[in-house]
Amino acid sequence: MGDGIGGAAFRVIRRGILLAPLWAWLLMLVAAPVLILGVMAFATPSDGVPPFTLGLRFAAFAMLVEDFYYAEALLAALRLAATTAGLCLLIAYPMALGMAGVRPAWRLPLLALLMLPFWTGFLLRLGAWIGLLRDEGLVNHLLRGLGITDEPLALLYTEGAMLAGMVHAYLPFAVLPLFTALIRLDPALLEAAADLGARPARLFFSVTLPLALPAAAAGFLLVFIPAAGEFVIPELLGPPEAQVIGRVLWQEFFQNRDWPLAAALALALLALLILPIRWFQRLGAGV
Amino acid sequence: MKPGGFVHAMMLAGFLFLWLPILLLVGFAFSADRIPFQWGGFSLRWFGALATNERLLEAAWLSLRIAAASATLAVLMGGGIAFALARFGPFRGRALFGALAGAPLVLPEVVIGLSLLLLFVALEGLIGWPAGRGAFTILLAHAGFGAAYVAVVVQARLAEAERSLEEAAIDLGASPFVAFRTITLPLIAPALIAGWLLAFTLSLDDVVIASFVSGPAGTTLPIALFSMLRLGLTPEVNALGALVVLGVGSMLALALWLLGRRQA
Repeated sequence: MGDGIGGAAFRVIRRGILLAPLWAWLLMLVAAPVLILGVMAFATPSDGVPPFTLGLRFAAFAMLVEDFYYAEALLAALRLAATTAGLCLLIAYPMALGMAGVRPAWRLPLLALLMLPFWTGFLLRLGAWIGLLRDEGLVNHLLRGLGITDEPLALLYTEGAMLAGMVHAYLPFAVLPLFTALIRLDPALLEAAADLGARPARLFFSVTLPLALPAAAAGFLLVFIPAAGEFVIPELLGPPEAQVIGRVLWQEFFQNRDWPLAAALALALLALLILPIRWFQRLGAGV
Repeated sequence: MKPGGFVHAMMLAGFLFLWLPILLLVGFAFSADRIPFQWGGFSLRWFGALATNERLLEAAWLSLRIAAASATLAVLMGGGIAFALARFGPFRGRALFGALAGAPLVLPEVVIGLSLLLLFVALEGLIGWPAGRGAFTILLAHAGFGAAYVAVVVQARLAEAERSLEEAAIDLGASPFVAFRTITLPLIAPALIAGWLLAFTLSLDDVVIASFVSGPAGTTLPIALFSMLRLGLTPEVNALGALVVLGVGSMLALALWLLGRRQA
C-alpha cells in the first residue's frame, strides 16, 4: 500500500480523527434527545422554569392508559395516516403508470412537475386550500354564482378539507417509488404474457402488480409514517374535533405546559411507528 | 406497454389536483379585491403591501439566513457521515452509527422538535450552552435533520462512483487527502449541491421543529405564516405564494432548458 509510514495503524488513527466529530454530532443531536425524552416522561410537571422536576413517576404513562382521550388521539392519527396513504396510493398508481409510459424525453419535465409543488412551500399550498374552501372562498363563490346554494357551505375545517390537504401534501412521495419501479419494469415480460394470451386485467394482476408491490408498500409507508405525526394540516384545515396525536402533543406542550405528558405521548407515537419504520427500512434495502 | 386513455386521463387529473390550487394562488395574487381568491380587477397592490410588511420581510430574511447556514453545516456533517458509511468499511459501532444517521428521516416532526427542545434545555441547565433559544438553536436543529437527508443523497452517489479510481490514485502515490480532493470530491460534487438544496428547502419549509426550539427572538417565515394562516388567508400571503411559485418555477424551467440544450 502507498500509505507511507505507519500503514494500518496510521489509517486507524486518521479514521478515528474523522469519525470523532461525526459521532459527537450524531450522539448529541439524535441519540441524546431521544434518551432525554425517556427521562422527561418520568418527571413531574411544575410551575417553575423550565416547568418540571425530575423523578421517577409513572403519572404521565398512567394518564395515557386511564384517559381514553389519548388512546383515541393515537387511533385517530393512525386512521388519518392510513386513509391519506391509501388515497395517495390510489391516485399515485395511474399517475406513475402514465408517467412511465410517456416518451423518455417527457419523463424529466413530468417529474419536475410532480416535485415542484414540494419546493413551493408547504404552508403556502395550505393557504391556497384555505382560499378555495372557506366561507367567502372560491368554491362557495362559484356555487352561489351558479345558483346551487344560497348559504355558504361549511367546507373548511372539515374532515374533507383535512384529507384534501393531506393528500395534496404527500401525493408526490407516493408517486416517486412507483414511478421508479414501473420504468424498471421489463416490457418484454408484459409482451410475453400478452403473446401467451393474457388479457389486460390478468396482465395487471399477475405481472405488473406483483412487480410493483414492494414499491407500492414503500410509497404507502413513505406517506403513512410522517402523516401519523402530522400537526399542521389538521390544525389549519381540519375540524376542531379531529384531535390527532400531533395536535394533542402540541397542546399538552404549548398550552398545558405538561412536558412529561408530551414526552410520554411522543414515546407512545414512536412505539406505534416502530413496526412500520422497520418494515420501511427493510423495503428500502430491497427496492 | 402502452397505457390506455383511462390511465392518461387519471394522470392528467392527478396533475390537475396538484397544480390547480397553486395556479389559482398565483392568479388571484394579481386581483385587487381584499378578499383572497375573489377577482376584483388586475392590480399589483398586494405585492406592494407585501413589500412594506416589515414583520414578514424580517421573518423571511431570518429564515433565509438560517436555511443557508444550516444547509452548509448539514452538507459538512452529512457528507462526512456518508463518506464514513460508504468508504470506511467495518468500524466499531458502525450499525449504531448508521441507525443514528438515518433516524431523523423516519422520526415524526413533533418528536424531533420536542426531543431537541428538551436537549437544549438540558444542555443549558448543565453547561449553560446554548444560552436561551432562538435563531441558533433552530439552525442547529435544522442542520441535524438536514444532515440525514444529505447523507442519503451523498451515500447513493458514493455507492455509484468507482472506488477503483481513488485506490488507483493512492497506489500511484497520492496521499488520501489528495485522492479525496482530486477524485472523490469532484465525483460527489453534484450530490453535495443537491443535498445542500434539499437541506435548504427543508429548513425554509419547517414550522413544527422551529416552533419547539425557537424562543421569542426566533420568528422564522413559516412560524409567521402559520400564525397568520390560523386566522385565514390574507392577500399579502397570497402575493408571497405567487412570488415563490414564479421564482422557483422559472429557476426550474431554466434548469430544464439548459439540460435540454446540453443533450441536443
